[in-house]
Amino acid sequence: MRLTSLFAGLFLTTTAVAETPVLTILTYDSFVSDWGPGPAVEAAFEATCGCDLRMVGAGDGAALLARLKLEGSRSDADVVLGLDTNLMAAAADTGLFAPISITANYAVPGGWADPYFAPFDWGYFAFVQNAELEAPTNFRALADSDLKIVIQDPRSSTPGLGLLMWVKAAYGADAADIWTDLADNIVTVTAGWSEAYGMFLEGEADLVLSYTTSPAYHLIAEGDASKSFAVFDEGHYMQIEVAGKLASSNQSALSDQFLQFMVSDAFQSIIPTTNWMFPAVTPAAGLPEGFPKPLSAKQSLIFSPIEAAALRNVALVEWQTALSQ
Amino acid sequence: MADSTIAIILRIILGGAVLAALLGFSIGTAVAVATQGQGLGILSLADWLAIRFTLWQACISAGLSVGIAIPVARALARQSFIGRQALITLLGAPFILPVIVGVLGLLAVFGRAGWISDFLTWAGFARLSIYGPPGVILAHVFFNLPLATRFLLQGWAAVPAERFRVVHSLAASPWAYFRLIEWPLLRTVLPGAFLLIFLLCLTSFAVALAVGGGPKGTTIELAIYQAFRLDFDLSKAASLAVVQFSLCGGVAMLAFLVPLPQTDGLGLDRLPQRFDAYAHRTADCLWIFCATAFLVMPLSAVLFRGVGHIHNLPHQVIVASLTSLLIALTSTIVCIAMALSLALAFARRGMAARNLAEGVGILGLATSPLVVGTGLFVMIFPFAHPMTFAVPITASVNAMMALPFALRVLMPAVREIYTDYLHLRCSLNMTRWFWLSRIVLPRLSRPLGFAAGLAVALSMGDLGVIALFADPDLQTLPLLLYRLMGAYRMDQAAGVAVVLVAQSLALFWIFDRGGRGYVGSK
Amino acid sequence: MLALNKVRFQQGDFALSADFSVPTGARVAVIGPSGGGKSTFLNGIAGFITSDAGKVLWDGEVMPDHPGRRPLSILFQDHNLFPHLSVMDNVAVGISPDMRLSQVQREQVSAALEQVGLADKSAAYPRDLSGGQLGRVGLARVLLRQRPLLLLDEPFSALGPALKDEMLDVLRGILDAKATTALMVTHDPKDALAFADQAILVADGCATAPQPIQQLFKAPPPALRAYLGSRT
Repeated sequence: MRLTSLFAGLFLTTTAVAETPVLTILTYDSFVSDWGPGPAVEAAFEATCGCDLRMVGAGDGAALLARLKLEGSRSDADVVLGLDTNLMAAAADTGLFAPISITANYAVPGGWADPYFAPFDWGYFAFVQNAELEAPTNFRALADSDLKIVIQDPRSSTPGLGLLMWVKAAYGADAADIWTDLADNIVTVTAGWSEAYGMFLEGEADLVLSYTTSPAYHLIAEGDASKSFAVFDEGHYMQIEVAGKLASSNQSALSDQFLQFMVSDAFQSIIPTTNWMFPAVTPAAGLPEGFPKPLSAKQSLIFSPIEAAALRNVALVEWQTALSQ
Repeated sequence: MADSTIAIILRIILGGAVLAALLGFSIGTAVAVATQGQGLGILSLADWLAIRFTLWQACISAGLSVGIAIPVARALARQSFIGRQALITLLGAPFILPVIVGVLGLLAVFGRAGWISDFLTWAGFARLSIYGPPGVILAHVFFNLPLATRFLLQGWAAVPAERFRVVHSLAASPWAYFRLIEWPLLRTVLPGAFLLIFLLCLTSFAVALAVGGGPKGTTIELAIYQAFRLDFDLSKAASLAVVQFSLCGGVAMLAFLVPLPQTDGLGLDRLPQRFDAYAHRTADCLWIFCATAFLVMPLSAVLFRGVGHIHNLPHQVIVASLTSLLIALTSTIVCIAMALSLALAFARRGMAARNLAEGVGILGLATSPLVVGTGLFVMIFPFAHPMTFAVPITASVNAMMALPFALRVLMPAVREIYTDYLHLRCSLNMTRWFWLSRIVLPRLSRPLGFAAGLAVALSMGDLGVIALFADPDLQTLPLLLYRLMGAYRMDQAAGVAVVLVAQSLALFWIFDRGGRGYVGSK
Repeated sequence: MLALNKVRFQQGDFALSADFSVPTGARVAVIGPSGGGKSTFLNGIAGFITSDAGKVLWDGEVMPDHPGRRPLSILFQDHNLFPHLSVMDNVAVGISPDMRLSQVQREQVSAALEQVGLADKSAAYPRDLSGGQLGRVGLARVLLRQRPLLLLDEPFSALGPALKDEMLDVLRGILDAKATTALMVTHDPKDALAFADQAILVADGCATAPQPIQQLFKAPPPALRAYLGSRT
């Protein structure tokens, strides 16, 4: 009797394992890294879903979209997580995404409403500096000063693109002049955020383009209060990161379940100290001690996805021309 | 002696197969990418300006690298001192550093907040700022001077010992000495070395950006990035890749038009005793010291930065090291196999055939990793999951990247062996297997060791196309480095950089020393 | 007259002593077992190795340190010629390493080439010549330099018997013209007998004074007997 029940138990578990659905999430590389949100999210979701969560990293946001377009409808991913608003229009245009209906009490400035994508975190671009430096108060002040900055190339880096859109959003047609004035402050333009931030930490520049949450990392994770960011009068450009469900997914219900999980407290509470961004839905425990306060809606600059797509090439040409003098 | 038909066929098949694979990897992937788009796109004015700057900068960088290497190699060939071999191996280090590690090390010495700047501000001068064209050229010379020096040393080692004595007994003036001994060896080695380094500088991307000071100093690669990431205009990306090819191909064509004098072999593997060593001791020591300082200071900056954090390394380092090692060894085997096939197939043919082989080998440098990765992805995706091919694809692409260097080193060597010893083989009626395994390979051990060392070290430090083929469970050391940096963990990243450099250097030394030690020469 | 006054040449951990003189105009074969120091001996006289003790003298005067300033020419077994220079230039470096020749010097070069029978090859390159022709270019250079002392390190050992005899004839012609003193290292006793009237035995770190070669071969000392074996 015991033997048969043992046997039955084994048989049942093996069939259960064989039937465990696999949910594949295509996301950016720093999400899946051991120091990002990935491991904690996987553990938290697998505890409740009875499934196997697989996360695949593909470069950064733009590379993610490129990979998705290459795979097309034959992709085995079910959920795509990590695009931002600059890429949303192009993503929607692919026709690969299925409409979703996720509701949550979003803390994103300006609210959120989109048929295809739900946000999971957001942040502001800002110039990060050493705290004792007298911070410039806006772009013009920065351009007029002797301060040295290191930035990233918009063609190869997401923050680089963010800075481009920031100047455009703040100055519109005058953006080209700002860039011309900034040209002598720029030490160099790197390919990615890592090189730029590394150079800043070594002292090569006074300010680096990064996020308002960067000083929070140093404070919270390293106990180092020496970094701060410059608050600009014009406001700061936002990066809102979103996720969507692929129409070709064969795990539609599970994908919906994941997306709902994504805006729930279990997921959102992981975000601040792993992804170092503001969670889209404020967790019950609130933001961690040391996190900066979100800015007001007036100070949170952003283009709608369609505007962003339309202005991007113009802004890029202005940038390249101004800096190639 | 005429070869048997089987030999000829074997050679054609092997050599042809490698050529086909190379063409497929390079031009084939560009075509694959182009088919995803609507044909070829056009370049903007800014792009053309970038191309012009790139060409100019590559010319100067390669010229300086090679120019400075001449007196340094002369000094190293002439003087003998304790630790000479170790120094020569160490000098190979900058070339095998991953770019981001090398650049940060370079900036630690030459940057606005570097050692030299600190010294200058202490002495009352302005800070040193190399950003812009000077920075790009400095960085390129830093990365490529060791390679140029090694190529030249190879040339010096090929001069027969008696020639030094003949020239000495003629009471030659320094100018005559140069004309009689050094000039012929420069003519043999320099064109190929210059070409390789020129192409490296032409296609360098992260370096040009990090120290270039702005988009003025950027290359075609960035335009390809833009086409891919922002516009998703694959046709434009493919056409840019083709422009890059044509540029590199055109340059390669020019260099190969320079007729290379024949090597006259039978150096007897003993380092010749030099009788002018004492007379030139001061000048030589100065050159060696300056070159060593220039190359070693940034390297030591990297080590200082990271050595303090070794105890703090994430446990993933061990698995990442082993993964990197596995991929690097695989890519080395593939690279050497390709290089040997090409060398054995083409080394004894006429100049046109040899240039063709080396030219196709160079395609590996001329390709954009982004285009290659994407093209391979496009080719594989319809049939299989790309992730399962992550290791072989990464290894193959790395092998292709190291191939031009392996060829540059092996082709003359194979040619020399056949010239010197083929008559022995015929007269002794050696079997093919005996000839290859007991004669050719041992005689090739020195260049093979160097080539294998380069291949393994280059592969260790390369991020490569692994992004597109990323297996979530497959993490190499460079990828670990980038992930740590991206997660703000700069100190741990510095520690991983030290592990990476140490592992690359150790592997390079093992292969290089092994190759030299095999022949039993000093 | 070449004089070696208690000289000691050190090459690595091998030392060679010599203390004798060689009469002017002598033709001396330097023989001995391999590894016995024959090349060290020649390198020492040429000036590539300096003597630890004692001096090398020519006609009573100490020879200058630099090999190029010693009154001698040296011919090796191989690699005497520069592959990238023409025959003309290869000979010309003998008197002008810069290869800048006056008209007179140019004529001297042509004359030397004619004397060795290579007048029609002056524009050719070493890769186009046979072994025998290569040897003759080397001899032409020696002829041109007209130094009173000539050192030869097995210069014809790679040639066939007929060719060797030819070379030796040309060599003798050169030596006879100016009563040049010649020391030739050779490993073949037959060559030694054919060329030289005296012989120096180099063995066990010691070079013995020149002795008439026929006598030496008739009554060889133990080291030489071991070297010669049962033939000759």
